Amino acid sequence: MAVLKLEGITQEFGGLRALDSVSLEVEAGNIFGIIGPNGAGKTTLFNIITGIYTPTEGNLFFKDEMITNTSAYNIARLGVGRTFQNIRLFGKLSVLDNVKVGSYGITSSSFFSNLLGLPKAKREEKLVTEKSLELLELVGLVEVRHEYADSLAYGDQRRLEIARALALEPSLLLLDEPAAGMNSSEKLELMELINGIKEQFDLTILLVEHDMNLVMNICDLIAVLDYGKKIAEGNPVEVKSDEKVIMSYLGVEI
Amino acid sequence: MFWEQLLNGLTLGSTYALIALGYTMVYGIIQLINFAHGEIYMFGAFVGLVLVTVFGLNIIVALVGAMIFCMFLGMLIERIAYRPLRGKSSRLSALISAIGVSIFLSTLMVLIRGPNTTRYPEIIKITTYNIGSISISSLQIIILALATLLMVGLQVMIKKTRVGMAMRACSQDLEASYLMGINVNRVISFTFAVGSALAAAGGVMVGVYYNAVWPYMGLMAGLKAFAAAVLGGIGSIPGAMVGGLTLGVLEIFGVAYLSSSYKDAIAFAILILVLIIRPQGIFGQKKIKKV
Repeated sequence: MAVLKLEGITQEFGGLRALDSVSLEVEAGNIFGIIGPNGAGKTTLFNIITGIYTPTEGNLFFKDEMITNTSAYNIARLGVGRTFQNIRLFGKLSVLDNVKVGSYGITSSSFFSNLLGLPKAKREEKLVTEKSLELLELVGLVEVRHEYADSLAYGDQRRLEIARALALEPSLLLLDEPAAGMNSSEKLELMELINGIKEQFDLTILLVEHDMNLVMNICDLIAVLDYGKKIAEGNPVEVKSDEKVIMSYLGVEI
Repeated sequence: MFWEQLLNGLTLGSTYALIALGYTMVYGIIQLINFAHGEIYMFGAFVGLVLVTVFGLNIIVALVGAMIFCMFLGMLIERIAYRPLRGKSSRLSALISAIGVSIFLSTLMVLIRGPNTTRYPEIIKITTYNIGSISISSLQIIILALATLLMVGLQVMIKKTRVGMAMRACSQDLEASYLMGINVNRVISFTFAVGSALAAAGGVMVGVYYNAVWPYMGLMAGLKAFAAAVLGGIGSIPGAMVGGLTLGVLEIFGVAYLSSSYKDAIAFAILILVLIIRPQGIFGQKKIKKV
């Protein structure tokens, strides 16, 4: 089943065509990579999928439901979590609170019962805290749960973003350059983490990344964007040997 | 003399603080100076007056009634005048819309009640207590106690409740909050509701304390509370509290030791000084923009 389907997505900003009729299908359980040079439209694509932009043309579907005009927070509640290329944690909230904020989108107790601290809201609050601590355990940040998020090291912040996105209990997780700024041992740990959470939470993952080693290692399928157009799609071996991809992005090994 | 003036200053300052909180909370989340906020305060004062005189309610009940009325007024203004502009046009358009709402509300009140000052009836029997050389009136005690209660309540809500956490998240990154499944519009609405309720409480207190309400009372009070919010650091909640109290005390001292004709000049002189010396205010943080 296709978890995510994009049909002829075009996005224009003024005269600039950031995406030019891009179509994609992401199957359940896959790790799907999106690569391409800077400015190819990768992050724009993420912003469309998560509802920040409404595409100029084309439609997108999440599990067969059309979400072209759905608001960002409703898309998040349907089960699309994401991280950001330039980390966007709530810096002046504690590490634990960052994850808890992620949970609030999917809890059921009403606004007023929370404000008044009614029993149901209290029980739910306890559950949210327990669940958030488990997620922090998973990404190895449980010891620093009371620190401010912006006091964490860079790699830790990236992992906290993943934990926060998982708090929404997504079925589709979008990772925007998760390995940016990490050293090679951190990258190895990250690959393990991504594979681990994919199994544990039964996730489909869409990944934008510049580190080719990581992309080729963990992705089942890869799409290549260049100047807003999809120029290739296939498994890592196919993409690596695609002439257009080598020309525009990967370059020739001498 | 000194202690008595300090007490007067704190009483006045606590009402400034209550108004300043609304400015600072709204600014913290959507970076809008809600210039209609002073008029919400004015409406609060009038609603309190009507509840006391026409319906004969107890002053505390009237205060709560005015707060609830202004909660809805604040949410309505946000819904009609600001939300349609959000994200679609510049922040300047929202600011102009706010000025428009401000003029609309004060002239609406002139239409309803006429431009003249109405006196609050004497609803609380004022007794004066003497502690040593300081005399304090029962009214001052009530105002200080209520203002403290409201501000402590606000802090608890912001720090301990879920909606408080959502507000803090929104004030740090609105878009990321949206993407984490937070209903940002509802959080903004709630922020207006809380800010407006606090302003209404301030309005009723000032009405009772100075024994007078008039349709344009929101203009000067609003500007001074805005100065207080900037003094404390716009966007900072403790800043609005400290800024309001500081401004009130300085204003009263200015009147007592210099001349009463400098009363209004003092607030704005402070505003200008803050903007020159420490533009981010007492509790504000310097924003470092990455280039």
